[in-house]
Amino acid sequence: MGRLRTARYQTTSYWASIGWSVARAILVSGICFLIIHPLLIKISSSLMTETDLYDVTVKWIPRKLSYQRVADNYLILYREMKYGVSLFNSIVLALLVSCLQLISCSVIGYGFARFKYFGSNIVFALVIFTLLVPPQMIMVPLFLNFRFFDLFGLIKTPINLLGTYWPFVLTSITGMGSKNGLFIYVMRQVFKGQPKSLEEAALVDGAGQIRTFFTIMLPGAKSALLIVFLFSFVWQYNDYHLTSLYLRNTAPLLPFRLQGLTQIFDVYKYSREYVTIVNNTAMLMFIAPLLVMYAFLQRFFVESIERTGIVG
Amino acid sequence: MRYRRLRLTLSRQRALWGLVFTGGFIIGFIAFFLGPMIQSIKFAFNELKINPSGFTLTYVGWENFRYALRVDPNFNQVFVETTLRILTDIPAVIIFSFFAATVLNQKFRGRTLARVIFFLPVILTAGVIYQFESGDILHELHVIATEEEVLYSSRVVTSLFLRMQMPEGFTQYVIMAVNRIPAIINASAIPILIFLAGLQGIPFSLYECAKIEGATGWESFWKITFPLISPLFLTNIVYIIVDSFTAPGNRLVELIESTAWGRNIYGVSVAMTWMYFGVIAVILLLVFAVLSRRVVYMEE
Repeated sequence: MGRLRTARYQTTSYWASIGWSVARAILVSGICFLIIHPLLIKISSSLMTETDLYDVTVKWIPRKLSYQRVADNYLILYREMKYGVSLFNSIVLALLVSCLQLISCSVIGYGFARFKYFGSNIVFALVIFTLLVPPQMIMVPLFLNFRFFDLFGLIKTPINLLGTYWPFVLTSITGMGSKNGLFIYVMRQVFKGQPKSLEEAALVDGAGQIRTFFTIMLPGAKSALLIVFLFSFVWQYNDYHLTSLYLRNTAPLLPFRLQGLTQIFDVYKYSREYVTIVNNTAMLMFIAPLLVMYAFLQRFFVESIERTGIVG
Repeated sequence: MRYRRLRLTLSRQRALWGLVFTGGFIIGFIAFFLGPMIQSIKFAFNELKINPSGFTLTYVGWENFRYALRVDPNFNQVFVETTLRILTDIPAVIIFSFFAATVLNQKFRGRTLARVIFFLPVILTAGVIYQFESGDILHELHVIATEEEVLYSSRVVTSLFLRMQMPEGFTQYVIMAVNRIPAIINASAIPILIFLAGLQGIPFSLYECAKIEGATGWESFWKITFPLISPLFLTNIVYIIVDSFTAPGNRLVELIESTAWGRNIYGVSVAMTWMYFGVIAVILLLVFAVLSRRVVYMEE
């Protein structure tokens, strides 16, 4: 036994694998540091005082941590951003959009995965096409369509849907929200990878197509659904362009409130250092809900990639 | 109550169900994509004025395109810059994400944590945050510091590469890529996800088989992993381009939006977008022409 062990140390491949492990550890931790670096800056500078920012010797950890000050900063921002209400609104909108997109994209993806009809391949090509066109191209026409919405010429006097959630609802249930082509593509791949026999058994046993879809197909695609939901939610929560197009940027949503802070805390009224502290604290407050959500869902997210067969 | 049932063959029935399931998309496509797109062609050749009761169009021919290319002070520069940036980002992001995916696919301690952090940029890339960060002095200081470091070390790298007789363009590219490492890492999160899913889809038996036949790790990488993952290069290039439309810091998109909503010359902004789309389409066609023949699809 002992001799076998010493023999192991003498092979070059053993040392090569050790070398690679070390190199890999350095690389991976370096990249990880780069990724969380902006986050660390925000956390550390939200805890600092203005004098810490002047101080060259202070890099990450403030010289004197005053809980009172930090709490004050957070409270001021909580008030200025109307954090509670705007966070609630942002989450409600993101939930609405992501749930609708989840339903529509999985239904449409299933349609493309299992049913062939005349021209279905062309229609699927159109799904990809919608992704490749810069959204700015249809931005102005979409704006006008929702500003003077006439339900495709059915209503005599056009109504103004801007400022309501209707544009989000309408584009989401038809799978036309931002990057929905991607979700449809993912769901199609996932459904294609599922065995047909289960579905056929359900059909033979007398379940209709719709029931089969909801009771057999959807539960089998749980992890892919979770990924689609997460992406859709995050993109809506972070979105500024589309949301300001439909709602105007005075809507009580978190991204707009965050942007509004630049007018309240500008460098003419406050010191640059104070503005920096406030900005970093505000950004942290904006990201925090997503970080909390990610912390809860990452287990499913990271594990489930292995089983979704997204790329099938 | 009995009603006459429509008699359909099974394939017809399934076709009908297909239409039911995908019908939502077809309606949405016509109403919220095709319609607006046709309108946007019209807008590109017209001057658009919005008033409270609707909008008016006056035909101006190619005037909008001429304005964008000749009169607008920023468009040409930003347009070329953005296009070049996409072209240079594609290889960098592809190489990095492929490398990262192969590393994350190996077994090592802390792999789960590394994965969690690698996918973090998915939730951290918000346009608003980017805007804030670029105006933040702390962040600026960090950026300046790293740029100085890069500038210094780039001199060393350049002389090294020149001694190794590497082509000048390659050296330039590497230095540019090093300079943009954070941006490239952020753009790589989803490509890594896609590559990783692909790597995990390769049956282990293939590697086992190759090992028994006496293949080294290097050989089985190039003969098994690489070909089987090759379709995903196409997927990822498409994704990188699509992602660049909404990526924060895309100056062309900012210019297009400010032209529309800031200066209210909608026709010009639409004309700009059409030119942007034209260039993107050419890039995609080239990528497909070059790659589609070399891509290997595993038989199902």
